[in-house]
Amino acid sequence: MDKIEVKNVIKIFGHNPKEGLKRLNNGESKDKIFEETGLTVGVNQASFSIKEGEFFVIMGLSGSGKSTLIRLLNRLIEPTDGEIYIDGEDITKMDKHHLINIRRKKLGMVFQNFALLPHRTILSNVEFGLEIQGIPKEEREKSARKSIEDVGLKGYEESYPRQLSGGMQQRVGLARALANNSDILLMDEAFSALDPLIRKEMQDELISLQDRLKKTVVFITHDLDEALKLGDRIAIMKDGNIVQIGTPEEILKNPANDYVSNFIEKVDRLKILVASNIMKKPDIVATWKDGPLMAVRKMKEAGISSIFVVDKERKLKGLLTIDDAIEAAKKDQWVEEVLQQGFHTTSPDTPLSDLIAIAADTKYPIAVTEGEKLLGIIVRVSILSGLVLGKEQGGVDS
Amino acid sequence: MNYFYLPLERWTNTFVNGWLVPNVGKFFDAISEGIGWFIGLVTDLLLFLPPELIAVAIILIAWKFAGKGVALFAFIGLLYLGSANIWDEAMQTLSIVVVATVFSIIAGLPIGILCAKSRTADRIVRPILDFMQTLPSFVYLIPAILLFGLGGVPAVIATFIFATPPAVRMTNLGIRQVPTDVIEVAQAFGCTQMQLLLKVQLPLAVPSIMAGINQTIMLSLSMAVVASMIGAPGLGSLVLSGISSVNVGKGLVGGLGIVVLAIILDRITQSLGKKNNLK
Repeated sequence: MDKIEVKNVIKIFGHNPKEGLKRLNNGESKDKIFEETGLTVGVNQASFSIKEGEFFVIMGLSGSGKSTLIRLLNRLIEPTDGEIYIDGEDITKMDKHHLINIRRKKLGMVFQNFALLPHRTILSNVEFGLEIQGIPKEEREKSARKSIEDVGLKGYEESYPRQLSGGMQQRVGLARALANNSDILLMDEAFSALDPLIRKEMQDELISLQDRLKKTVVFITHDLDEALKLGDRIAIMKDGNIVQIGTPEEILKNPANDYVSNFIEKVDRLKILVASNIMKKPDIVATWKDGPLMAVRKMKEAGISSIFVVDKERKLKGLLTIDDAIEAAKKDQWVEEVLQQGFHTTSPDTPLSDLIAIAADTKYPIAVTEGEKLLGIIVRVSILSGLVLGKEQGGVDS
Repeated sequence: MNYFYLPLERWTNTFVNGWLVPNVGKFFDAISEGIGWFIGLVTDLLLFLPPELIAVAIILIAWKFAGKGVALFAFIGLLYLGSANIWDEAMQTLSIVVVATVFSIIAGLPIGILCAKSRTADRIVRPILDFMQTLPSFVYLIPAILLFGLGGVPAVIATFIFATPPAVRMTNLGIRQVPTDVIEVAQAFGCTQMQLLLKVQLPLAVPSIMAGINQTIMLSLSMAVVASMIGAPGLGSLVLSGISSVNVGKGLVGGLGIVVLAIILDRITQSLGKKNNLK
């Protein structure tokens, strides 16, 4: 049985949603309905199911209906039509009392703007979900302290939200959702309000938390990179419709329509990126006059086990491994034969797709050369990060 | 413009004198007795306690919540009330303010909450509040005298009518101003309506509610002179007798007393709202 199952869910905003529903069933378009009745179709016949422990990402641009869709899952917004099953129970048919129970026990939620209670301490914010369930003070405090620790905020229990940075506030938001110990975590653009570095950090932590806790996560984002990084499966939304559902690979490989392929164009990097986009500037090279000890020192400083050696004109002479360099230093033999020549060179305009093949059968970095001059170095990590991050970040670190 | 004659005067008199007073008079007598008892209790307490004790208590409260400056002002102001020989009058005024404010809060808060929760209630209550605040107070003083007699009770009723609207309005506003995302959190975690109100909406509305109570107290004090016209004892009656005997000095002595009470009460209640906000 799937953890969450959504069947033909429709949300129409406006005064007479029944009318909109009728027209929708007659096959009228969303735009036509809006023009003639003023009704807005927020979510149009969404169907999907999410397995237990799955990380399910819903992505789309603003106005695509993704935030509406996640609020339908706990009925913060009432669906106009359709069925939503959580653990096999249709929540759209539930009475208030039963629904409140499901929200308390099964659905935790994290919000884009953190939405902490400003008059309560961090500890008391995290306790909130348990407090309204009437759980005794001692028990809920224990559970809250544990989830505060889980998100790395130990020591801030008695602080107030306004004393914390945005990233820390969202950790509190996450802890609050975790403290309830619900199986399902709804995350509405949880990291969108954070700056990029903090966002990346939070993504990584969420991944490791998820490895441990194995929640069923529904994660909303407008950022494709975030979706690809986090999602086991991704649903792409446009204008209230789900246009494609699949694993990141499936979506990258077979985009369902132009909308999706436009979206992922920027990640179809195999064809777009070339060697010069992802290569590292050859800051760490040895010059021939350095001698073996200097080369060892440079390798040690950079934490690498081999180094390219160039002459005064930056022409590439060969590759020096650390073993060879130590050997040469011991024997005091500094001759060209010490240098390895068994590495690959490539021109700066070689596409990434070709580089993958080269990288697969060498243990040394690839040298990017023009004429004989060394322009840059490509290590395997650069290729992988180029694939994931694109040229902006791909070449920066290895 | 007089196409027809509207006998509003006669209707009102017939209604009040012919029906309201004879039929519901007993009911109003009971209310009158209750309010009178409450006023008596507060006045007796304030007059029974030694002035020094009350002054020290007020100064300490001012110090704790509003800081040194206000405490110093309270000291000088209260010293003035004693030295000008108007302490008893000030306590009588204070007790009417206290009783009227208590009633205003008891009525205003729930009505404010109701207005915040229900659009219909808001639509009905809003014009009534406008009416209460703009209708000249003398207009309802007349039936108040008929129904409650002279003295402190009709004064409290008149003050209540004039001073309750801000308590209702600011409670309503405070609850409506609670950010929607916080409401969503409460609902997503499974709050009942009551929990939402008690644990989220009211705590976040406290600064606004306190501002409303502050306004209520200020308006109550501003009614002191009017209240004295229907026989309420206190600083207002000093001012009133100053007016009727063209005694400028007497009027000033009473008037300054009202100002002293107003500033002390204003600063203390304002700082209470801020304290809560900061927390």
